[in-house]
Amino acid sequence: MTVKHHLTDDLLMAYSAGDLPEAVNLIVATHISLCDDCRAALGSYDVMGGAVLSTCESVEMSKNSLNSVLEMIRTQDNGVQERSAPIKLKDDVLPAPLVDYVGGGLENVRWRSAGMGVKQAVLPTTKDATARLLYIPAGTAIPDHGHNGMELTLVLKGAFQDESGYFSRGDIEVASEDLNHTPVADISEDCICLAVTDAPLKFKGLVPRIVQPFLGI
Amino acid sequence: MRDPSKGDVDGTESLTTGMTNDVVPWVDDLVAVRDTRDEAAFIRVFGHFGPRVKSFLMRTGMDAALAEECAQEVLVTVWNKAHLYDASRASPSTWIFTIARNKKIDVLRKQRRPEPEDLPWGPEAEPDQADVIGLQQESEQLGRALRDLPEKQRELIEKAYFGDLSHSEIADQTGLPLGTIKSRIRLALERLRHSMK
Repeated sequence: MTVKHHLTDDLLMAYSAGDLPEAVNLIVATHISLCDDCRAALGSYDVMGGAVLSTCESVEMSKNSLNSVLEMIRTQDNGVQERSAPIKLKDDVLPAPLVDYVGGGLENVRWRSAGMGVKQAVLPTTKDATARLLYIPAGTAIPDHGHNGMELTLVLKGAFQDESGYFSRGDIEVASEDLNHTPVADISEDCICLAVTDAPLKFKGLVPRIVQPFLGI
Repeated sequence: MRDPSKGDVDGTESLTTGMTNDVVPWVDDLVAVRDTRDEAAFIRVFGHFGPRVKSFLMRTGMDAALAEECAQEVLVTVWNKAHLYDASRASPSTWIFTIARNKKIDVLRKQRRPEPEDLPWGPEAEPDQADVIGLQQESEQLGRALRDLPEKQRELIEKAYFGDLSHSEIADQTGLPLGTIKSRIRLALERLRHSMK
């Protein structure tokens, strides 16, 4: 699988630094699960974090620090452990981070209708940003909208097309405030996406603006 | 600011004077903790990284008491998770940074951190020594490049990791040699994927 649309450097760096809302972390982790390029780029930002840690001025630990730590490791020690692959549920559509948040595979997603055949499921994260799975029937358009903030859309199944390109499994669209777009699901199959927003969407047409509260998007 | 020509009192001489060993310091100690639960090696790791982790956590916004408590927990995690340490995938400072970073998210942001799907482990039990040395050396070089940056630019990068600055301002203008490390990790991933087939 070749991913063509990647995470931006600022998102990778902020994920490495641990500075993103949970919902954004979730979409970053999910994209990286599908994209070795971004996994490698993240690796390099983690190395940079290590370099920053190494250049920190030392701050003296308290007097009993070492003793308390030694006491903790002696009482908790579970000996030498073998590295082994964790046995986890595998899902063909949902990478591991999403399986965690859904609490299972695709069949466990609790979809709610959002009208026009579109379904959505909001995932449980902190409130500073929202992560939702979207199910868009083949050939269906999501109404033309802009954003008050950022919108990240990661394709998990099928594909969609909008003014900025063609996105298939693993591709992520990073849409800023100034992008107005009308994503249309590819006609060949239904499309499932993970979408993250840090502010409500702004729809351009009147009708979508009226239904927006019902869609919850 | 620190004089890079002098080592620290706690014995980081070789970290600042360049690559005198085949492998960066602390790798052997972490491996000893991992493979033989070597307490003396752990105490050395504690002596070097404890004060830096505490400092790092204070810079991210913790007061001294909380940073002390969290730094202790980070070092306990180093001991408990040593079996996950792989010297071909991370230098000790990189690995300990990720543990400290996760602690920060847990304590300051009070949220879970979704992690990417684990890669399947390759069939070879021991990583290629050349890969280990290559990655460790490049990580060291990056550290030196960071220390050699003009102060203002270095502070910018540090602030990004402490959470004081928007990342978009700096991500693509760090001027640091991230490309070599990215290529190395990318190659390692390709080999891993290949060996899985």
